[in-house]
Amino acid sequence: MSRKPFRLFAALLPMAIVIAACQSSASQSPAGSQEPGASAPSGGEEVTVIGTWTDAEQESFLAMVAPWEAETGNTVKYQGTRAINDILAAGIPTGVLPDLAGLPGPGQMAEYAAAGALKPLDDVLDIATYESETSPALVELGMVDGTTYGIFIKAAVKGLIWYNPGLHDYSADPPATWDDLMSQGEANQGDADALWCLGIESGDASGWPATDWIENILLRQAGPDVYNQWWAGEVPWTDPAIKTAFETYMEVVDNTYGGGTNAVATKFDLAGDPLFTDPPGCALFHQASFITGLGEFANQTAGTNYNAFPFPAFNDQYATAVEGAGDLFGMFHDTEAAKSLMRYLVTAEAQDIWVQRGGALSPNSNATSYPDDISALMGGMLTGADSLVFDASDQMPTSMNAAFWSNMVTLTAGQQTIDEALERLAGVAVDAYAQ
Amino acid sequence: MSDKLITTLVAVIGVPLVMIGYIWATEQVLRVVPGKYKPRVRPWLWLAPAFALLGLFLVYPTIGTVVRSLRDATGETFVGLENYAWFFTDEGAQSALINNALWLVLLTVLVVGVGLLFAVLVDRVRYESAAKSVIFMPLAISMVAAGVIWLYMYQYRPPGAVQTGTLNAILGIFGAGPVAFLQVVDFRINTIMLIIVMAWMWTGFGMVIISAALKGINPELLEAARVDGATEWQVFRRIIYPLLTPTLAVVATTMIITALKAFDIVYTMTNGNLNTEVIANLMYKQMFSFGQYGRASAIAVILLAAIVPIMLININRFRAQEAVR
Amino acid sequence: MTAVATPQQPRLGRVARVRGHLGLHTVVIGLMVIWAIPTIGLLINSFRPAAEQTSSGWWTAIVPPYQFTLENYAHVLSQQDIGTNFLNSLIISIPATVIPIFVAAFAAYAFSWMEFPGRDALFVVVVGLLVVPLQATLIPILQLFATWGIAGSFLAVWLAHTGYGLPFAIFLLRNFMGSLPREVFESASIDGASPVTAFFRLALPMTVPAIAALAIFQFLFVWNDLLVSLIYIGLINPENLPLPVSIANLVTSIGGGSEFLGAAAFLSMIVPLIVFFSLQRYFVRGIVGGSVKG
Repeated sequence: MSRKPFRLFAALLPMAIVIAACQSSASQSPAGSQEPGASAPSGGEEVTVIGTWTDAEQESFLAMVAPWEAETGNTVKYQGTRAINDILAAGIPTGVLPDLAGLPGPGQMAEYAAAGALKPLDDVLDIATYESETSPALVELGMVDGTTYGIFIKAAVKGLIWYNPGLHDYSADPPATWDDLMSQGEANQGDADALWCLGIESGDASGWPATDWIENILLRQAGPDVYNQWWAGEVPWTDPAIKTAFETYMEVVDNTYGGGTNAVATKFDLAGDPLFTDPPGCALFHQASFITGLGEFANQTAGTNYNAFPFPAFNDQYATAVEGAGDLFGMFHDTEAAKSLMRYLVTAEAQDIWVQRGGALSPNSNATSYPDDISALMGGMLTGADSLVFDASDQMPTSMNAAFWSNMVTLTAGQQTIDEALERLAGVAVDAYAQ
Repeated sequence: MSDKLITTLVAVIGVPLVMIGYIWATEQVLRVVPGKYKPRVRPWLWLAPAFALLGLFLVYPTIGTVVRSLRDATGETFVGLENYAWFFTDEGAQSALINNALWLVLLTVLVVGVGLLFAVLVDRVRYESAAKSVIFMPLAISMVAAGVIWLYMYQYRPPGAVQTGTLNAILGIFGAGPVAFLQVVDFRINTIMLIIVMAWMWTGFGMVIISAALKGINPELLEAARVDGATEWQVFRRIIYPLLTPTLAVVATTMIITALKAFDIVYTMTNGNLNTEVIANLMYKQMFSFGQYGRASAIAVILLAAIVPIMLININRFRAQEAVR
Repeated sequence: MTAVATPQQPRLGRVARVRGHLGLHTVVIGLMVIWAIPTIGLLINSFRPAAEQTSSGWWTAIVPPYQFTLENYAHVLSQQDIGTNFLNSLIISIPATVIPIFVAAFAAYAFSWMEFPGRDALFVVVVGLLVVPLQATLIPILQLFATWGIAGSFLAVWLAHTGYGLPFAIFLLRNFMGSLPREVFESASIDGASPVTAFFRLALPMTVPAIAALAIFQFLFVWNDLLVSLIYIGLINPENLPLPVSIANLVTSIGGGSEFLGAAAFLSMIVPLIVFFSLQRYFVRGIVGGSVKG
């Protein structure tokens, strides 16, 4: 009888044998190079990297660093995870940090730099070359008080309007103004249920596609200056310019497949799928460049089944402004190997590798080996824009950003009016910008 | 890699040996203690490993949390009760408190009620093992997967389109719907939908524990009652239920605390949008997204305070249990 | 069925019993179906191509054309490091289940059957610790682990999961051990058995169903944990990370890949279900009753 509890553990014993068995087979795999000093090539230093890229993106990043590894004999130990925010929030106060890491956003970058955790890159990078090859807006974004702390390895263009050329081909005469877009769109809507497709569900980040809408409208209605002052907290939420942008957005919601309820219930990556149904659910879909790798877009052919044109102007004065976004990357330990890898990552040679593999735009204007015309167009928009601004919500204090996302959900679902939303956001701003 | 092999062996063989060895060693230590002090010293030796680990992993950080809750976001300035004042005046926090109350009542009632019903019923059928594993299965699913499963259940497509969500397809058969379940703010239906997901996962927990207790009831006791002509309901009401009460209290207490700490499902499915916010998600945002450790700590302390009444009820219960055994 | 007053009653009784059984089976099977449907939906979808998963309901796949595929499973299994992560999961989960059971059993025994000052108060504090949010402990504990040089090691997560699991483990085992009849321990004590003997020969065997239940839950929580491992291991030693990391990483930073999650969920469930089935045989009637008599 007293042996019964031991039988309980005996039940776990077969597992131990499984582990032991698998272990001996695993030890024959090349993964053995993790042992420090064991048969490492000369150079032999290890750079630990944590980033948000997983799966296919992780493969692209590893392909990107492979030439550097071959050249220097160092190795990159990469861990991908989307929980980068949690990891760094725990890592910064404790000092347990990787050598290099993706950063959640410009706000956190400034915070980590102020805490002394992030290392300045001015003496690490060849700054002159870096600045000459990279769009000034992106260089600026990597800076805290004039010192560079973050670089972009991969970027995206926001404010693209996607359509199905099978319904109507806009490529010969893309709408130049919003009014032009509305009249052309309605004239060529055909069998489509509604003019627009919209989906803003994104788990814990739900609402961001709607903030992109507001940003792209505001940027072209009120211009880059108002845009930049707005995210910085200098133009209040209750400003008429902001309200006008919200009103334009709500007109879009009213003309959306399934209405606001469907927009809130639909995952952003699948929101454009009704473009491809027969009859189509909608004729137009606004989303960033990375949509081509998601949902039904991933199964369709660029140029033939889908195409895009830039967000049209509201005001001729701001016709060439473009909104971009990207993943910041910083350095926590300034070992020689880490510095060498940082230097390598910003080069056109390195960034071209990912560009070629698809799914990324390069912030480096000399990395142009895009696999298709649409990617090349988008890459050109990013590096060639007269006035490139960065995703506004990503630059707001995180609590402001979260409230912006969340209030866009409530607004789109029809659970609050524009004025109520702006009042609430103004209330959050008092607290958010105070810190 | 042979490191891992050694680790594994240590883990599987060494760990139980060390554990058993420890408790054997305590008796050896007690030999040198004079007889009348033995009963005084012994309990502490038995409790020592647990207290050491609890102290390290839970008490020590909690003390830090209490201290931190009285300081500002950077941790440098003492701000008194400001963080607590913030919590009780914040609009989002008010809504979260109501939702947590709803979580607490509904989740506890569902898990204890259905868990008890199922444990008692399957005790009488021959396919007990299969039946229990069906109820248990959701608990083995990770939160991420549970989120995916229920997105398929609650999925909404515009009226007229083909409904791909299970529930809306069923409603469609009866000519009703579609309903965007996670957006129905009235009567906090969307929060109830989230609670159902959690109850679906945790009923297996209640069932397993209640079933374990049920198996501990002496079958002769039940047989004797049946022989005396008691109906099955009377057997349940007069014998089984009173004997299960302590176990039901354990499950209920655990579920109350789980409801207070409800986080993952809300975080992955709605992130608190459309009035579905809960306290733990607020805390998570303040801590990991907003860098507001002071406020996050205050929320954690409020959670701790909230369970004091439940713990007092538990004390009384244990005293009563000891009095009768 | 004694004391039958009239001849009709047994017949009525049988009818009622049959009706009762019908009701019983209806309720049990009804609940089983309700509980199984969501999981079955995911299971079927896990064998369908991504485009099908999002454009039509899972039930449409149970009639031709089936359009089933193994591609989702193939993709999950082809992930880099998934084998290593699976092994890590076992290496993490087994000790992180065994250690808290022992530690909690010792403590539960002391709380149930030993007298010491402040017993109830201490017990309530222990259970009260259930409410401490895990997230609030991460930073101070990581700091300690870093100081001791065990951040990134398996030992760190074994200890951490033990600490986090103890309040519930002690709570549960105290409840079951505390409800054992007093005579058992008194007679053992009279027979000259030491507390260690009484613990191993009486208390443990008589709480086997509870220990089995605890083992199942603790194993599950550890097996499905992502956050604890990510923080205590991920920053230093990514090669020691467990399976949930591989699963979470199926979804890319821009949101693609959720079609693989179903397949991953079922692959990841296999081990917990084996644990459940193998421990289920300890949920048999009579272990306690039999022990009391023996």
